Amino acid sequence: MSTYTSDSNAAPAFVARQSFIELTARERARHLLDSGTFRELLGPFDRLTSPWLPLQGIVCQADDGAVVARGTIGGAPALVCAIESAFQGGSIGEVSGSKIAGALELALRDCERGKIVHPVIVFETGGVRLQEANLGLAVIAEIQAAIVALRRHVPVVGVIAGMVGCFGGMSLAAALCTRLIMTRQGRLGMNGPEVIEQEAGIDELDASDRRRIWQLIGGEQRTACGLADRLVEDNAEAIVAAVRDAFAGGVPSVHRTEAVDHYLALLAQVDPSAITPESMRGLFAAEQRDAAGSAVTIKEFE
Amino acid sequence: MEHLTFDFPARRTVPARVHVGVVGSGDLEVLLAPSDTMQAHVVVKTSVDGYAHIWKSVLERFFTRYDGAASIEINDFGATPGVVALRLAEAVERSDSGAGDNA
Repeated sequence: MSTYTSDSNAAPAFVARQSFIELTARERARHLLDSGTFRELLGPFDRLTSPWLPLQGIVCQADDGAVVARGTIGGAPALVCAIESAFQGGSIGEVSGSKIAGALELALRDCERGKIVHPVIVFETGGVRLQEANLGLAVIAEIQAAIVALRRHVPVVGVIAGMVGCFGGMSLAAALCTRLIMTRQGRLGMNGPEVIEQEAGIDELDASDRRRIWQLIGGEQRTACGLADRLVEDNAEAIVAAVRDAFAGGVPSVHRTEAVDHYLALLAQVDPSAITPESMRGLFAAEQRDAAGSAVTIKEFE
Repeated sequence: MEHLTFDFPARRTVPARVHVGVVGSGDLEVLLAPSDTMQAHVVVKTSVDGYAHIWKSVLERFFTRYDGAASIEINDFGATPGVVALRLAEAVERSDSGAGDNA
């Protein structure tokens, strides 16, 4: 009791900081945009809900789990698309996905007219919403196409803060982003651990082995391997600063996903029978240091 | 999924519309907006069937203290009565303080 005084400066840093992970999607979008500039498009009172969930006896959310907001970041026009992980695991349905794809397409139209809009996507998603099947998959393809078109004009910045992480088709969308910001708690992968255990057996992966899972697909590992660009603490201010830095870096001459030969050559060196998280770091990180000025953007942040 | 509606008398208008909460496990979202008439109207969509009598009790207790002519929509994903009461209180506090949503 006596260790805390009335002076708020005495509180440890981890108490004083605002966690980003603990924020809802709407609060995350509000934090990323300059104070007072948050303006939501197709918000809850527009009641654009999934037509498919009620048919399957599932309660809708008034915004279908996607928050689309305009405002400014560092004074420049910006767009934030944030996925709410608490609603249906952040899954992408026809409506939530269309909101994100539509917003990115409108930003693209502005960019093509010379009015640059800075897009941020806050990924917190298990991927496609299985109840909406192909409609969700189709719209994820639209999101991916919009990211690829947009990133020619302006960096497209992705944030994976956790705790859900980013999986399925949306992990590919995240990979297409110009720059990806992760926390240690964030995870990025195609199939989630539970899916791998269910499909390939517990010998392949024990989904309850949290240490192992984060060693494989956690933010620290993904950043060390150059598949994400910046590792930040779970701190709203730090994430806001990282997003600004990511835009300041400008559009790279080659995006990570365009460096196909570079990554094929790396994969050719991987021995599947002896692969470990450490060997992946050694291989991918070492190659990055050699390939100065290549597609890999991690160096710009260092 | 169950769909319930309730009406309650009101004595004053509601200053601002607000949205609180999330349709996550054990939680709910509340959309509170000014009603067209001098009457409060509540629509509940809940994932848990068979609890209409509990909803009636929770809402009756809420409206013993709240007299706004509000149109309230609730999308519930298995919230307990305590959580429902807290979310309703949160919505009223934000609405009455004028911290309405621009959305």
